[in-house]
Amino acid sequence: MAGNQRVYKERIKSTQSLKKMFRAQELIAASRIGKARARVTAALPYADAITRAVSAVSTHSTVQHPLTSERRGNNRVAVLVIASDRGMAGAYAASAIREAEGLITRLTEQGKEVALYVSGRRAFAYYQFRGRPIAGSWTGGSDSPDAVEAEEMADTLLAAFLADDELDGVGELHIVYTQFVNMVTQRPRVIRMLPLEIVDGVTPVGEAETLPLYDFEPSAEAVLDALLPRYVRSRIYSCLLQAAASELASRQRAMHTATENAEDLIRMYTRLANQARQGEITQEISEIVSGADALAAS
Amino acid sequence: MAQLEVDLVAADRKVWSGSARLVSAPAADGDVGILVGHAPLLAVLRPGHVKIHRTGAADVDVAVSGGFISVDDNAITIVVDSAKLDVSILPAAH
Repeated sequence: MAGNQRVYKERIKSTQSLKKMFRAQELIAASRIGKARARVTAALPYADAITRAVSAVSTHSTVQHPLTSERRGNNRVAVLVIASDRGMAGAYAASAIREAEGLITRLTEQGKEVALYVSGRRAFAYYQFRGRPIAGSWTGGSDSPDAVEAEEMADTLLAAFLADDELDGVGELHIVYTQFVNMVTQRPRVIRMLPLEIVDGVTPVGEAETLPLYDFEPSAEAVLDALLPRYVRSRIYSCLLQAAASELASRQRAMHTATENAEDLIRMYTRLANQARQGEITQEISEIVSGADALAAS
Repeated sequence: MAQLEVDLVAADRKVWSGSARLVSAPAADGDVGILVGHAPLLAVLRPGHVKIHRTGAADVDVAVSGGFISVDDNAITIVVDSAKLDVSILPAAH
């Protein structure tokens, strides 16, 4: 019986230290999420300006660009999976990876060959453990991505897209990331980044408003050449920022739940420990009483 | 007199925004100067300095590392990969 009490005390102690860890993680995530959301907002003017310019060029010129045209005779497609570096974020990484797996299955069924690019150690470890070839990986900055890293990713992926068909060129680029809807909802999403579809959907021009006739300098082709890679870069950067905000939000929520669970466990173990102590006392008393009874009877 | 409305944005933030009299930027084929009433323009920028001249305030000088400029109805948007505001001018500008 005494052993029981000791076991419960130990469990309470370890749960208490776990609870402290969960609480700390929750507070860290909570303090970082404001910043992450501010960065999502701070990147908006750039994305808006680029989108406006791209739609201006595409409505005023019929220039064909390699980045906007479908490539034939190539069944390799690139998939970029954006997940977290660390766990303790509930189902965040798992659901991003599940979405990616679904996409990969779909693409494979269409007879395409998938080249995997991953961001975040969790995704990297997942695919490495399963022995899947990884074409490129970026790790270490999943909860605070910077523009330089996004540029590096975009450049690698653009190079793959523009590379020779036979070697390691890819015909499409899909991105799997977690969209930050609000603090409670984060949704894993798949977008097809390349080839670009600019004309529909992204043009924020109203009905009455017509875009002016632009002068392009040095030429429409050169402007498009400069614009499109930047457009891709800004889209990838915004995916990374949203993923980071989502990661922190799910971490905060997961750690909040974990803290509450730890509290529940501590309460339960305290009850059990009290019960064990009470049982011990009762047993001792009944031993003494029965001992005294036995002596009195003899 | 009408003024130019200038927005200078980098990939991760808005660098500068305000009104100006004249903006000069290092376009690919040579520097362009833009005054009020300039025709709509989309130009590629090479690395260099964007200078924003203002009336009644100090000029703003921004070192940029390539990007593009769009001019449309006296609204100028300069989109750059990275920008460095000249700090020696900044206090006077405020």
